[in-house]
Amino acid sequence: MTGYRDLIHGREVVVCCGTGGVGKTTTAAATALAAALDGRSAVVVTIDPARRLANALGIDELDNTPKIIDGPWPGRLGALMLDTRSTFDEVVRRNAADDAQAERILSNRFYRNISTTLSGTQDYMAVEKLSELYESSDWDLVVVDTPPTRDALAFLDAPLLLARLLDNPVYRMLTAPSRGVLRIVNSAAQTMLRRLARVVGADVVDEAVAFFQSFEGMEDGFRTRAMATLDLLADDRTAFVLVASPRRDTLEEARFFLRQLEGSGLDVAAVVVNRMLPTMSTSPDRSFAIASARLHRHVAAAATALADHTSAAEGDDQRVEDLMGEVNGATLVKVPLLPSDVHDIDGLNQIAALLVRGSGGVLVE
Amino acid sequence: MDPGDFFASSRVLIVAGKGGVGKTATAATIAVAAARTGRSVLLIEVSGRSAAAPLLGAEPQGYEETEVVDDVGRPTNIRCRSLTPDQALVEWLADHGFKRIARRMARSGVLEVVATATPGIKDLLVLGKIRQLETARAADLIVVDAPAAGHAVGFLRSPAGVLETARAGTIHRQAEQALALLSDPDRCRVMLVSIPEETPVNELIETSFAVEDEVGITLGPVVVNSVLPLIPGLDPAKTKRSHYGAITDVEFDDMLAAATFRLQRSALQQQQLTRLAGQLPLPQIRLPHLFVPHLGPPQIELLADALTAGIESLVDQP
Repeated sequence: MTGYRDLIHGREVVVCCGTGGVGKTTTAAATALAAALDGRSAVVVTIDPARRLANALGIDELDNTPKIIDGPWPGRLGALMLDTRSTFDEVVRRNAADDAQAERILSNRFYRNISTTLSGTQDYMAVEKLSELYESSDWDLVVVDTPPTRDALAFLDAPLLLARLLDNPVYRMLTAPSRGVLRIVNSAAQTMLRRLARVVGADVVDEAVAFFQSFEGMEDGFRTRAMATLDLLADDRTAFVLVASPRRDTLEEARFFLRQLEGSGLDVAAVVVNRMLPTMSTSPDRSFAIASARLHRHVAAAATALADHTSAAEGDDQRVEDLMGEVNGATLVKVPLLPSDVHDIDGLNQIAALLVRGSGGVLVE
Repeated sequence: MDPGDFFASSRVLIVAGKGGVGKTATAATIAVAAARTGRSVLLIEVSGRSAAAPLLGAEPQGYEETEVVDDVGRPTNIRCRSLTPDQALVEWLADHGFKRIARRMARSGVLEVVATATPGIKDLLVLGKIRQLETARAADLIVVDAPAAGHAVGFLRSPAGVLETARAGTIHRQAEQALALLSDPDRCRVMLVSIPEETPVNELIETSFAVEDEVGITLGPVVVNSVLPLIPGLDPAKTKRSHYGAITDVEFDDMLAAATFRLQRSALQQQQLTRLAGQLPLPQIRLPHLFVPHLGPPQIELLADALTAGIESLVDQP
């Protein structure tokens, strides 16, 4: 079985997925750092990082080009905080037939809403940024943090977002108003649009119509691009890392992610379980027995702390093991609960070291 | 403050917080504590998950209301339901002359186009449905388990956003009504939830200013979850092996390690609690960390005890 180090060494793209609040961004940043320590040129795309972590990485604001982080590593480390809006603008400019078409789209109010409203836009742009960085050949490894979601498929569906929007009956109706069989669909859609105008106001509908008309001729470009990106995500160049915590509910959600990824034919290369409580050899039952004995005050207090600790941790290892039993050949890394949040390079270094070689027996293969 | 008065102060309590801070458990805890004061409670989950009802020992809830019963099958005065944006949209369209085609519209993608054209429309419709339930007095108290933090602000901001985009039409009136609900403290308040850790505390502070300044909503006390209870006498330096003979060396080392770890974490939590109190002038209700791998009805009852005690110790606001 391969370790996390092989994963960092041998892949070109690492996608960190999982629910919110489990340390996904930290894991992604530490993975890129570990690669830089390994002599590779690595960049991490973060989404909404905690402020102090962002500061430590030198990415204080949304940006489209990676900032280089200097430090004592043989490789190169870059980071950026995804700017969904301007990444989308770039995608439009790249795909438009000419400047006039790009400007028509960019100035449309419906388009401007897309970056904030359309569900999946953030995932879409994370994937776009990923492929752009991958194609630039500036980096050996691109690590992506994914937006918090309960749905792994949101990320995998993301590349098709625009292609699918342009497949919308409304769009087809507007660009091909007389295409035989579709005419009936079209008249139904026309009726809907008229009635919708009464509900949301005519100007809203007009803007939407103008948006779809302005995309004329760009559909194939988006679709081709989406397919290439999906190929990249699906083959050996890419590793999916599932980030979780030992809490039962987050492991349940991790399991749900695993099934979804498997259902899409994708393997999870590693599972990183953050926030593991330090392991004690005393059992919860024995801890409680000690705590309930007649003890000197300070000893009793320490016994209570142990009983609390062991009962909170009870079953953590078992639950993580159960999950691993359902993943073929994935590496497991357990990261202990740290005394404080990771918000500097030293902290990331610590996590990177844990990911690569483990410490105090926390790396399990 | 008397818990009865507390739960009578608004008809809707929106519970919001970052993912992983126990927001759903807090919503369930509020529901239990409110029901104990004799009120009928409707607990609504809007994230598409069905995590609230199982915490209360009921089957995962759906769009239809589920009655929560206690462990011997007696009704508890709490009902649960889910309310997702898509469900709200389909229902709203059905109510507004699109009955026959609402589902087809949802399937065809036309709805996605409408939702994109009008940012916030889906969130607004969820709020609209909550307002409808509030107006119809569906329960004495409606507890809403809001979307996770970043999205919670968008959720609460949606009426104002829609008012800007849709300057006329039915949806415009809907937005006005939702805004009226949010800005009236007698009808609606937001309770923010966090845990005493750095990033969640930062997010809580940011969210609270966004919610108050931008949405004009009234904030209730902040609920801080997972606060480690202080253990009197916990002091590894004074914990001597000689004090007790029947413990093995390994067990004693474990006790010292657990004690040290607990003190470290507790100290960090206290720092964050102090920082929160300094930066956010809202009363805090602290709920204890429970040392169990997962929460269920007995734990929610314990948390409801702590919540009730926390409410009782609040100073009455004139």
